[in-house]
Amino acid sequence: MRIELDQDMCIGAGNCVLTAPDLFDQRDEDGVAFVLEENPSPEQEGSAKEAEALCPASAIRVLKK
Amino acid sequence: MSCLRNPRSQEVTKDVSAKKVVIVGAGPAGIAAADALRAAGHTGVILIFGEERHAPYDRPPLSKQILAGTWLPEKAQLRTSEQFAVADVTLHLSVRAASVDVEAHQVTLESGEQVAYDALIVATGVTARELPFGHQLEGVHVMRTLDDSQALRSELETSQHLAVIGAGFLGAEVAAVARSLGKEVTLIDPLELPMQNVVGDEVGSMIADLHRHHGVNLELGHGVSSIEDRSGRATGVTLDDGRTVHADAALVAVGARPAVEWLRSSSVPLTAPKDYGAGGVRCDASGRAADDVWAIGDVAAWWDPILERHVRVEHRMTANEHARSCAHDILELAPTATKTVPYFWSDQYDLKLRSFGLPSQQCSFQVVEGDLEGRRFVAAYTDESDRIVGTIGAGMFKAMNWWRQQILDGQTLDEALRIKQSAENPA
Repeated sequence: MRIELDQDMCIGAGNCVLTAPDLFDQRDEDGVAFVLEENPSPEQEGSAKEAEALCPASAIRVLKK
Repeated sequence: MSCLRNPRSQEVTKDVSAKKVVIVGAGPAGIAAADALRAAGHTGVILIFGEERHAPYDRPPLSKQILAGTWLPEKAQLRTSEQFAVADVTLHLSVRAASVDVEAHQVTLESGEQVAYDALIVATGVTARELPFGHQLEGVHVMRTLDDSQALRSELETSQHLAVIGAGFLGAEVAAVARSLGKEVTLIDPLELPMQNVVGDEVGSMIADLHRHHGVNLELGHGVSSIEDRSGRATGVTLDDGRTVHADAALVAVGARPAVEWLRSSSVPLTAPKDYGAGGVRCDASGRAADDVWAIGDVAAWWDPILERHVRVEHRMTANEHARSCAHDILELAPTATKTVPYFWSDQYDLKLRSFGLPSQQCSFQVVEGDLEGRRFVAAYTDESDRIVGTIGAGMFKAMNWWRQQILDGQTLDEALRIKQSAENPA
């Protein structure tokens, strides 16, 4: 599984950071999110998918490798 | 799969996951509802009806990247037709619903066609409010749809002076984009400051200064009494003090009203015009409005058990949260556990304003991190009992998330400041 995040589309809501703080963080100055761990472990897959579903900008894609 | 022999009979045990769901409205809320239903295991038919001809798209970029031309409209598209096919969601565009019969579980389309449902989701959003005059003139625009955004964008290819009537979020964002495109801009509002009823006086002043700094002509504290024209083409906006502001184009951004006309003949309840959720569909705390009818997104006034009133929130993220919550309710699953607070954002020039909760001008205001002068701050908005009900900030996202949690916890400002201080200076 691999996480992709389109920073151009990110609106800084921070849902991903609140849902999966071990996978995502956001820049302090503009809130744009970034991926901490592109290849989540099997235990992290659930929260990665939750972050994808919660993103209001559809900026996150969780892809099967 | 057990079949739905008679979906309306209460005696037959329904397979809830096979309900036929009809969604009226193909905006972000409607699309999110279809997603949430499938994600929660719904296997039945999902039909979405949308009145626009465009494939479903996101609205926040309309007054930002799409108007500025930094995004092509395709980038705001919410789902591809392949994605709808994979999810087995049937989308009908350029179709308007005319009425609903709650008893019969049936929606009637404007074509006269009747569509039966087991569950109906009302996601018709809002439409732009108009002035009582001027909208027939060339050069006068509103901004709600992709067509509106593209019409204003092509207008600004030839027009040089834009009058923006209404300095709310939409007006302020369009003013900023038009300045970045090199246009002369006049921003007009009867209130004394931009976005004043939401952000209050202090942040409103900061935003006014920002626009002034970027060369916007501010006409605040003024209503508009007419739009002037020559041969049907707008030439200026006359203010309530009799002065006329020259303009060859105008954007009317004076708010929006819930798109509920098609429901007026039905038993779906609407909130009274003077209620807080003015004119929206009156829902319980799960979005249920009537028997097997739910409403979500901008059109829906949900009961807020904490605030003890119906609240209609025109925020992009509320659409997603409503959609998830209502999908669980339709499928008779446990409510979604995630506690959330409303969120909005507004991009103006290089200012990226973010807000959690429901700040308003009526709240007490205190800057709790950073400072307004540097436009790097977090401000707390509190109610009469010192409880933090909202926060607005810029440039300090990690701090914003901490204050968001204080809103969720129902914390008083006094207590929050004490916790923060003891975290920063452990004894």
